[in-house]
Amino acid sequence: MHSTIQLNVNGDRRTAGIPAHYTLLETLRYALGLTGSKQGCDKGDCGACTVLLDGAPILSCITPAWEAEGREVRTVEGIAMPGELHALQHAFEVTGGAQCGFCTPGVLMSAYALLSTNGDPSLDDVRDALSGNLCRCTGYTKIYEAVLMAAQALKRDGGGRDPVPGDRDAAVVPAERAAGE
Amino acid sequence: MLRLHEYTYHRPGSVAEAARLLASHPGRARVIAGGTDLMPNMKHGLFTPEHVIALKQIGELHGIEERDGELVIGAAESLASVSRHPVVRAQFASLSQAAGSVAGPQLRNMGTIGGNLCLDTRCTYYNQTHFWRNALGYCLKKDGDVCHVTKVGRKCVAAHSADTAGVLMTLGAVADLESVNGARSVPVVDFFIADGIENTVREWNEIVTRVRIPLPSPRTRTAFQKVRQRGAIDFPLLNIAVVAQLGAALAIEDLRIVVSALGARPRVISGLDKVAVGRPLDEETTEAVAQRAFQQCHPLTNIIVDPDWRRAMVPVHVRRALTELAAGSVTAAE
Repeated sequence: MHSTIQLNVNGDRRTAGIPAHYTLLETLRYALGLTGSKQGCDKGDCGACTVLLDGAPILSCITPAWEAEGREVRTVEGIAMPGELHALQHAFEVTGGAQCGFCTPGVLMSAYALLSTNGDPSLDDVRDALSGNLCRCTGYTKIYEAVLMAAQALKRDGGGRDPVPGDRDAAVVPAERAAGE
Repeated sequence: MLRLHEYTYHRPGSVAEAARLLASHPGRARVIAGGTDLMPNMKHGLFTPEHVIALKQIGELHGIEERDGELVIGAAESLASVSRHPVVRAQFASLSQAAGSVAGPQLRNMGTIGGNLCLDTRCTYYNQTHFWRNALGYCLKKDGDVCHVTKVGRKCVAAHSADTAGVLMTLGAVADLESVNGARSVPVVDFFIADGIENTVREWNEIVTRVRIPLPSPRTRTAFQKVRQRGAIDFPLLNIAVVAQLGAALAIEDLRIVVSALGARPRVISGLDKVAVGRPLDEETTEAVAQRAFQQCHPLTNIIVDPDWRRAMVPVHVRRALTELAAGSVTAAE
């Protein structure tokens, strides 16, 4: 039996019909078509399904979809600006932080959450923040390098590319409004 | 891909409503808070409740505050918020460390202190997919009648694997429970039983609502040690929680040690009044306490790492914990 769920995903209000036992990850991937978040171990070990719930990283593969109702969900699809990669994505490209890329969406979301609360993280801060994300390719070195590089880039660029969800929306919405007017 | 069975998800607004829902579906409902234990277990077919009753949205299960000489922690507070709370960090360093060392950051944002207390026991032969367990022939804890660990035993020896429970036992914490029949309080030291199938005294229709910890005296020092394969994500292979009351010249007035993650029930190390109380916390006392802990711990092959090695690590980490206490360098988790 399906029920209707309303979710706020990446600033969009989305409605979907899902079975009551669907996880948030299944809802994102199979009801909303947001396949960026990956289904890895599917039991809360690997971190590939990491999304932000009200700004905090959680594992969507073991979160009942209903727990996300009325809360702000942010997935990897929601961190770039239109036509422009987020500083983290750019840094992953430059450093080779993504190899096979399967863990990357989850790693990006954990890193995004870190940079939204800590603009100048140490290597230890980055290691702690990413300790719930498994990567079998990189040995993590390039990933840490990418996150530190992104933090520096964001600090240089100032508030305009600050990865705080609210700020991003504030930065995007006026431009769209201006175009509409 | 691990599919869940079909169930009805309930999100009651109060503990009373949740308790009524739970009581109205005997044997067919389970409560869920963070879901970090129940959801993987349901995906493995270990639990297949028809009704899943959510607790995390219930306001009265939240809040961390000092009240009447106690720190009162709502059962649905996340492990992340417990570990970071300024009073927990300042007064209960071992609790901050233990809560901050559970799994990884995402799981600490989800998992709760009440859920950690009620964590299901774990075993190599239990925490597996239905396919895996079916191939081996099931076990005593779920669907079978033989224990693959002890071969002959009639008692489940799955390991208690919660990080905060041992700490709460040493701190003299009390768990508040509520059901349709009313409320009761159980000291955490009496909360667990030596049966891996259902290792707590919580009745099927009860909900843990609060954990209360008496505020420490200025002489209280705490320490926590955790052994695991990797620095994150893994469940413990061994946990040691220590609370001491230290007088002048490090004279031990009281010492409590709980060793967990070995058997179904965390082990309170006994006889410390004979080898430690009244003596200074020096090398000789530390060694005597470490040997006493070693003698009382007998791990089995219930989790993957060699039990002899896990046993050998008991005195090593008791020594480290006591050395930390003596140095007074107990710091809260980052």
